[in-house]
Amino acid sequence: MAGDKVLHVGDGDFDAQVLKSDVPVLLDFWAPWCGPCKAIGPVIEELANEFDGKARIAKMNVDDNPATPGKFGIRAIPTLIVFKGGEVVEQVTGAVGKTQLVAMLNKAL
Amino acid sequence: MSEAEYDLIIVGGGPAGLTAGLYAARAMLKAVLLEKGAVGGQVLLTDWIDNYPGFPEGISGFELVDKMAAQAARFGLETRLGSVVAMALAGPVKRLTLEGGGELTAKAVIIATGARPRQLGVPGEVELTGKGVSYCATCDAPFYRGQEVAVVGGGNTAVEEAVYLTRFAAKVYVIHRRNELRATRIVQEEAFANDKVEFILDTQVRRVRGNDQGVEGLELLGNDGAERFLPVSGVFMLIGTQPNNDMLPLTELAADPYGFIPTDAEMRTRLPGVMAAGDIRSKAVRQVVNAAGEGAVAVLAAEEYLHRHG
Repeated sequence: MAGDKVLHVGDGDFDAQVLKSDVPVLLDFWAPWCGPCKAIGPVIEELANEFDGKARIAKMNVDDNPATPGKFGIRAIPTLIVFKGGEVVEQVTGAVGKTQLVAMLNKAL
Repeated sequence: MSEAEYDLIIVGGGPAGLTAGLYAARAMLKAVLLEKGAVGGQVLLTDWIDNYPGFPEGISGFELVDKMAAQAARFGLETRLGSVVAMALAGPVKRLTLEGGGELTAKAVIIATGARPRQLGVPGEVELTGKGVSYCATCDAPFYRGQEVAVVGGGNTAVEEAVYLTRFAAKVYVIHRRNELRATRIVQEEAFANDKVEFILDTQVRRVRGNDQGVEGLELLGNDGAERFLPVSGVFMLIGTQPNNDMLPLTELAADPYGFIPTDAEMRTRLPGVMAAGDIRSKAVRQVVNAAGEGAVAVLAAEEYLHRHG
């Protein structure tokens, strides 16, 4: 299953899985009520396959995990953030194309 | 004599493109649908659609386009994710350049690239996008539980989404630069009946004010010259659309002054073998139902073209 490579992160393991990751992490903040979030799901899965081993591709459901989006001032979804060494290096809001996300990840590699 | 890879390339995966895809697949054309981001297009920004026939209780925007995509897939439509950056459409073989390299060729093309929410173009808007400035009420409304927000615009989308926002926000101000709304009567009446919606008419937004934490409020200027500050934590810009036309040869297609593409009644542009359908067309009415209809008409025109030039 392609989707298995996408890591599901919560408030509890955000520090360990994202901030302390030894590879860059693309984190997709989403929610089940957000159409564009659901629609970019397949792109996120493709990225997880293509960047397997090089970067971590993760999703966080903002409904179940309010603390982390609050910490990053997120008031719109989908918001996608690339973390590197615990820092935000790239951020974009909206259902952007795959090419833009690939470019954001490549910059962080 | 042409060596095109495909009979037909459909550019864009909203209602027009998906319906074109359905018709192309059923016509057994060698066709591909290209979508740059998420299949569905602007419909994904809509919470609930009550005016697409066949769904008497209404249907969510996501579910409607998801069903359209599934219906096209059932007949074997090939869909690819990727952006088109340039199109050479004048000759018998149409060449589409993809972002990141690569080229696709076809005998015919349907342009269904659609439109996107228009930016207001005021200071603070770009900087605060995602931090209180939003273009999608259905995506972002739940972030504003118990807070005060503003909607900018006076059309159907603005007024409908203002009512939707009242499910979460404590108060929704609708700011419109004219003294009357453009929204259709039934939509207006629902908003007037809602205690949480307050209209600020004859007024323009001059600036979105905010800090690192996000939006703090809006600087407003009344048409009578009066200035005021409206403290809100979110602002939804719902002031119409702009065409997704960056990749199109606008001069050859004789785009209108706003960048939309004119066609005849069969969706043919002035370039042979090139059709346009949906919100990218130069037209007055942009609804899901006519976008879908135009997608179907465009494929029938493409079939006729392929029959003559195949």
